[in-house]
Amino acid sequence: MKKIIKYILLDIVRNKIVLAYTGILLAISFTVFGLEDNTQKGMLTLLNLVLFIVPLVCVIFSTIYIYNSSEFVELLLSQPIKRKSIWLSLYTGLAGALALSFLAGVGIPLLLYDRSATGITLLIMGMFLSIIFVAIAMLASVGTRDKARGIGLSIMLWLYFALVFDGIVLFLLFQFADYPIEKAMVGVSALNPVDLARIMVLLKMDVSALMGYTGAIFKDFFGTQQGILVSMVVMAIWATAPLLLSLRKFNRKDL
Amino acid sequence: MRPLTTILSLLLLLPGIAGYGKVLRTGRGEQFEKITQALLAAQPHDTIIVQAGTYKEGNIVITKPVSLLGKKYPVIDGEKKFENISVKADSVLIDGFRIINSGTSSIVDYAGVRICNRHFVTISNNILEDCFFGIYSQYGVNCTISGNKLAAHQVEEQQSGNGIHCWKSDSLKIIGNTVSGHRDGIYFEFVTNSVIWRNVSHHNMRYGLHFMFSNSDMYAANVFENNGAGVAVMFSNHVKMFHNYFRENWGDAAYGLLLKEISDSYIDGNCFDRNTSGIFLEGVSRVEMYRNLFKENGWGLKIQASCMEIVLKENNFVSNTFDVGTNGSLVLNTFTNNYWDKYEGYDLNRNKIGDVPYRPVSMYSIIVEKNPPAMILFRSLITSLMDRSEKVLPSLTPENLKDPNPLMKPVKL
Amino acid sequence: MIEVTHINKTFGKLQVLRDVSFRSEGGTCMALIGPNGCGKTTLIKSILGMVLPDSGTIAVNNEPVANGWTYRSQIGYMPQIGRYPENMTIGQVMEMISDIRQSNQKTDEDIINAFSLRQLYNKRMGTLSGGTMQKVSAAIAFLFDPGIMILDEPTAGLDPVASEILKEKILHEKAKGKLIMITSHILSELDDLISHVMYMQDGNLVFNKDIETLRKETGEDKLSKAIAHFMKKTDR
Repeated sequence: MKKIIKYILLDIVRNKIVLAYTGILLAISFTVFGLEDNTQKGMLTLLNLVLFIVPLVCVIFSTIYIYNSSEFVELLLSQPIKRKSIWLSLYTGLAGALALSFLAGVGIPLLLYDRSATGITLLIMGMFLSIIFVAIAMLASVGTRDKARGIGLSIMLWLYFALVFDGIVLFLLFQFADYPIEKAMVGVSALNPVDLARIMVLLKMDVSALMGYTGAIFKDFFGTQQGILVSMVVMAIWATAPLLLSLRKFNRKDL
Repeated sequence: MRPLTTILSLLLLLPGIAGYGKVLRTGRGEQFEKITQALLAAQPHDTIIVQAGTYKEGNIVITKPVSLLGKKYPVIDGEKKFENISVKADSVLIDGFRIINSGTSSIVDYAGVRICNRHFVTISNNILEDCFFGIYSQYGVNCTISGNKLAAHQVEEQQSGNGIHCWKSDSLKIIGNTVSGHRDGIYFEFVTNSVIWRNVSHHNMRYGLHFMFSNSDMYAANVFENNGAGVAVMFSNHVKMFHNYFRENWGDAAYGLLLKEISDSYIDGNCFDRNTSGIFLEGVSRVEMYRNLFKENGWGLKIQASCMEIVLKENNFVSNTFDVGTNGSLVLNTFTNNYWDKYEGYDLNRNKIGDVPYRPVSMYSIIVEKNPPAMILFRSLITSLMDRSEKVLPSLTPENLKDPNPLMKPVKL
Repeated sequence: MIEVTHINKTFGKLQVLRDVSFRSEGGTCMALIGPNGCGKTTLIKSILGMVLPDSGTIAVNNEPVANGWTYRSQIGYMPQIGRYPENMTIGQVMEMISDIRQSNQKTDEDIINAFSLRQLYNKRMGTLSGGTMQKVSAAIAFLFDPGIMILDEPTAGLDPVASEILKEKILHEKAKGKLIMITSHILSELDDLISHVMYMQDGNLVFNKDIETLRKETGEDKLSKAIAHFMKKTDR
């Protein structure tokens, strides 16, 4: 399996898109910190980058890559190799490459300009989101043979996590405005890795506002050691659950 | 002996003193063993010098205009039963003592030092530890409370009194004190024409400064930090608040500065840094706010719709989560020439004033105001999209809450 | 040895394999023929474990195919359309496969030499013509000298010279006692190669006979004619 990962990583690194992605991340991060005299505003731009652009790039790139590597998968499948190893190698290669390019693209400028707790949290959450959306891409692409449909599904999933889910939450918030739903909201946020990542970073970034009425409840949960641990576990589940599901499907898939 | 010389010179200035009084020495092996003995023997305008040591004399009542000077902080211990010192004479000076363990009661307000209905009393350079109330001025006039350090270590609000408590007093000077761990750091009720200057009030359970029904006062250059609920100024008028620091007052009902029913006042040159709300205004009218800095607060300002004729000019709003929050759509206040770091407009004619108005209230802040749990969606894509569309076509945010002349560069403070 | 027993497979509503069973031993060279879409490639992919049959079992050298993977070390597979990672060069692909298989046995590089593939080793797969790609596929299939060869349309896209080289190689391997399975549309090519013929139509295995029997039954000498004869017969 190690060897397959090696070849997939080599292939992805040779793929100019990932290099370009790293370059763009670097350029954005450096510009953000270079232009803004106020690092908090820079962090805000980076937060949007991490919450929306990184998942989008990861999910689309991974989906396309998985479809494009169907030949490679077929080639390997005719060799004495377990299906599981092939699929997991693909995941490891993609997740590793994208997480590394994120680490390089955002981590280096962050380390240079802002070594705060917010920066570290942002970095960890960005890495998590990278691999989570690779896993989601694996799930989206294992279901259908049609590349266009697969990419469509990936974008829909991204849209769901980035926008639609929050829309539903907002709707529910107003529907149940008369009920004490703050605690339930903590649970709801675990259903969306993007939301969870956002809250984790905000707890470091906007402490003052989040210390308000409801914020206190979030802070009481997410701000504690236990809450952070739970959040990390939830993020880890998000990174593995779609993968395991896709693996099950892949094991039963006709190629 | 620095305190001695200052005191002596002060004594010269005090009215009603024709010449030098006698000096009475108190302490082990001295003329008097106990402070009460010395007080008994003293004539008006005498000076009692107290040597280091611990004095457990119950309630010390001062009924003559004398100066009490402590050498190397002699301890006056109230043994958790008594009020340490009660001042019942004019022109008394108490300087350089360590006053500890006053009585605690839910009926009587025991204090470390109480000024009862007197003039020209000076309480200076003392250390007060674990007193129920620290320094209590009741009908005090022209009194000075300066350079004292007050610390209490209670956990329950009920078991703790206020640090410097002033009630129905006039022309007080509260200068350079440090208060921590009390219920309210400095408490003013029905106090007029007084000055609170260069004090530090931190880690108090409730308010750093609690200010009620007190008109024509000024507080300037104080630091209020990490108090349970920040600073409250209520039901007063003609208050001047200059160059204070309001820092790190965090919590559900915590405010850098809570203004309630305040009128005809000035808030200039203050710094509001990392508070849940920088200033919360309710029922405030005719208040002018110039050149304040609002930095890294949850809300820079929260203006309730009950406020009117507030003028905000040349303030800097930097890195606040929300610059301004409000609960109504009617706005009778003026925002002009402020610097807002969130302003995205342009300045084509290069007059350093943005060409399009800035709207400091975002749609999302209104949503949060109506539905606090919506805070969970803070900085999500959907709320930023809503804010963007709201900026193009305002529908929920108050139409006339805007700064028509936003500055392009921060005001130099 | 390949043993297929009663396998069925449907893709959606289309049943592509209907109760297919057969058994072949080493030393035979069988042609799997039939019209387009008759299920040939699906059958091959089932044997390779790429397609999972709905029912029935397949065993290769007595090892069940379902959930197995080690048996594939005994199969050399040349796909109909070889598809390879576009960013890799021929050399890298060959190297990678050797690397992944970790095979210490002597590799069979006859095809590589015969097609002079080494001169093309640093060409990227994405830039290759269909024919060259087929040569690479063939080279990989024969590389580890497996006991079973499955060749899906091996000569499609190859020029006559290359085609001839490949045929020579297949004959050579057959002589070594390997089990060889070939699908092809061009029946004339198979004439001198094969020992058995499997004919499929609409997912059914219509017959599986050795070539002598077939010739006798149809009275035709040429395979193509024999098949044509048979097809006519079934039409009626």
